[in-house]
Amino acid sequence: MTLLAILGIISSAIYSGTSLLYATLGEVVGERAGIVNLGLEGVMLVSAAVGVAVTSRTGNPYLGILAALLAGVLMNLLFGYLVITRKANQLASGLATMFLGFGVSALIGKDVVGVRIAALPRLLLPGLEGLPRVYSSLFRFDILVFLAVPVAILVWWLLFRTRWGLGVRAVGENADIAYASGRNPLWLRYQALLVAGLLSGLAAAHLTIAYTMTWTEYMTGGRGFIAVALVIFSKWHPLRAIAGALIFSAAVALQLALQAAGVQVSPFLLDTLPYVLTILALIAWGGTRRHSAPASLGRVYLGTE
Amino acid sequence: MTSSAVSPPVSANRTAESHDGKRPLLSLRGVTKRFPLVLANDHIDLDIYAGEIHALLGENGAGKSTLMKILYGFYRADAGSLALEGRPVQIHSPADARKLGLGMLFQDFSLIPALSVAENIALFLQDVGPVVDLRQVERRIEAFAARYRLQVRANVKVSELSLGEQQKVEILKLLLSGARILILDEPTRVLAPHEVTALLEVLVGLRSDGYAIILITHKIKEVLACADRITILRGGRVAGAMLRAEADEKKLIACMFGREMPDVTRRPRSVTAETPHPVLELRAVSTRAEGAATSLKEINLAIYPGEIVGVAGISGNGQRELGDLVLGMISCAQGEKFLFGKPAGRLSIRQARREGVAFIPENPLAMASVPFMTVLENIALTRPWRYARRGGLTLDWAAIRRDALAGLEKMAYQLPLYAPARTLSGGNLQRMVIVRELGLGPRLILASYVTRGLDVQSAVAAQQALLDARGAGAGVLLISEDLEELFALSDRLIVLYEGRIVGTFRPEETDAYQVGYLMTGAGGAHDSRR
Repeated sequence: MTLLAILGIISSAIYSGTSLLYATLGEVVGERAGIVNLGLEGVMLVSAAVGVAVTSRTGNPYLGILAALLAGVLMNLLFGYLVITRKANQLASGLATMFLGFGVSALIGKDVVGVRIAALPRLLLPGLEGLPRVYSSLFRFDILVFLAVPVAILVWWLLFRTRWGLGVRAVGENADIAYASGRNPLWLRYQALLVAGLLSGLAAAHLTIAYTMTWTEYMTGGRGFIAVALVIFSKWHPLRAIAGALIFSAAVALQLALQAAGVQVSPFLLDTLPYVLTILALIAWGGTRRHSAPASLGRVYLGTE
Repeated sequence: MTSSAVSPPVSANRTAESHDGKRPLLSLRGVTKRFPLVLANDHIDLDIYAGEIHALLGENGAGKSTLMKILYGFYRADAGSLALEGRPVQIHSPADARKLGLGMLFQDFSLIPALSVAENIALFLQDVGPVVDLRQVERRIEAFAARYRLQVRANVKVSELSLGEQQKVEILKLLLSGARILILDEPTRVLAPHEVTALLEVLVGLRSDGYAIILITHKIKEVLACADRITILRGGRVAGAMLRAEADEKKLIACMFGREMPDVTRRPRSVTAETPHPVLELRAVSTRAEGAATSLKEINLAIYPGEIVGVAGISGNGQRELGDLVLGMISCAQGEKFLFGKPAGRLSIRQARREGVAFIPENPLAMASVPFMTVLENIALTRPWRYARRGGLTLDWAAIRRDALAGLEKMAYQLPLYAPARTLSGGNLQRMVIVRELGLGPRLILASYVTRGLDVQSAVAAQQALLDARGAGAGVLLISEDLEELFALSDRLIVLYEGRIVGTFRPEETDAYQVGYLMTGAGGAHDSRR
């Protein structure tokens, strides 16, 4: 394999890993507050469709990003209303949110299917100006790529270094104790879902406005679910999520590169490679999950008398 | 952080006290709380003074915990008023309580195992900024820890600490968050003896710095060792209030359990089997407990056919574990267990039940029923072998119904057979469990708090059912916190304290005073083994 091919895989991994990272970070924040959002896929789809629609209408990708963020927040707040205020089962509500997202996104996106939209400008990674064009073109990224790792660090800082994050983690571990400490568990969970919605919106915005630059139905292709799995892989830790997203997307890129190179293995088998890796990771962490998952993950907080 | 936040809040209390030595820091007047089945607090008055340890003494269910939960804002009182330093106050939530300087040490620790000591404490600090400086929190912890001998490692996760250490963290948490009134709910329950001594020393140190301490307990020794003032609750009412100087063991026990002795005519044993094998025999059995559970220590016990052995004790002293052990939910760490004359150490619960063991657990909703299944399904649940047909492919619902109706008739209970168990009241749920467990002539019955939550008629029917089972030759292990019931039904009575049998009596040879004495550990558990 040539250097160029390897660099190509890395570049592609960074590109497709970015939206995965944002989505994983969002799910980390929600799950740290005790809420599993299986509807992430649907949330991302609605965000993506809204982002594309607004960008194509206005011609301004930044407005599109804003619209995607807003859509992510609204979807998450809807989900939050079900599981926090109405105290509905999180898994059922998540699946309902996902299917709702399928339908709503198809509806919103029906006029812009296949329409190519104005993309975010790409900037060369600083310091690489001297590279030959074939190489340097692999390292021109949009602003959301450059922001991904700083955002992961920001999320880590929020969760582990701020009063708010301490409260969120406490709610995810034991809502009664969080209540006893004078916090409002329901309100904190809404706040966590709001942040998660922003991050899901970023994930969808990057996927469409920077990466594919177009809308097709179900275009997230299971990224929402991969993100849910990556949360477990990264043991609910924002910085480990960076590695998780990169490893998974590198596996995808490698698999594509192998297929392109005509490797004599069934392409269907190769297609499963990233998911096999995910399953292996889940098996490896599975035994220790008890020690790292937020203790009241998935539990409804009914409150005291 | 200023140095004043690090040092304990002493001076203000001292001045208030020196001004008028007898002005209460906190007073409760006429506090009343009713729950669906019980009047938990009935017009309770209480005065708490700075620089004093106030013991709140009473049996389980006397209303101590309810009262403190009202004080801490978990429950809203139906009636009554609160005043802090003479000013009326309202407490609607734990947050309100903490703002007023109240801190509560819960029976079950409110620590998050996954977080570090410093994080757990920071969670309850009012004055940490939006960005938490854990180093600084750790320094504050160390300042208090050194002063009150509460040393803990501040940067480790709580999950790595022993129960005694976790309690220190809880106390530090209260102190650092500025509490002036500390409510300790049975703080010694989970502690080893040497840790109890250390805790009492900590409390004495806090008292001399002007903290007001409310110590909820049922252990008379601890009360006499450190309290300044004692209030005894019984059945939701104040049964007595006195200064330490006026109190002695005898007086406190009389107050706790009531003066009236159980006055029930006992029936003679109906079966005097010749050369009977015990239906249950435990030989020097010890168990290992996890977490806040109690481990049983060297239990020797035999139950013969046609006999009711009553287990007295304040709950949490190993009763639940004893029931679980006999059924096979926990196994012996040491010693041997025999059921119906055969070694039963490895018998599964299913086998034990098949042999004729019936089990009425402590908490029927959590332990003896599936809330979303109907009464009939719940009744079928523990005897699948009896009702399975065609190799378990079908169930004989007619037979289940027959058994259920026969049981209901026997007890003279009425239950909706097709209602989900979760819709039943606590009393009806208990009736369902009784019908299921006692309906089919068991040979060994483990009955925990059988009559709890039942009205008088149903309770009498349940007691009659136990006596009838005894008459039919069953052995009964009867766990209860109702001494009157134990005295009325038991042929023999054992007292459990901290996982040990500390006394064995014939009911006619003893009285509630002697039993109560052992239940509270007043006699010194190790001395009175027999």
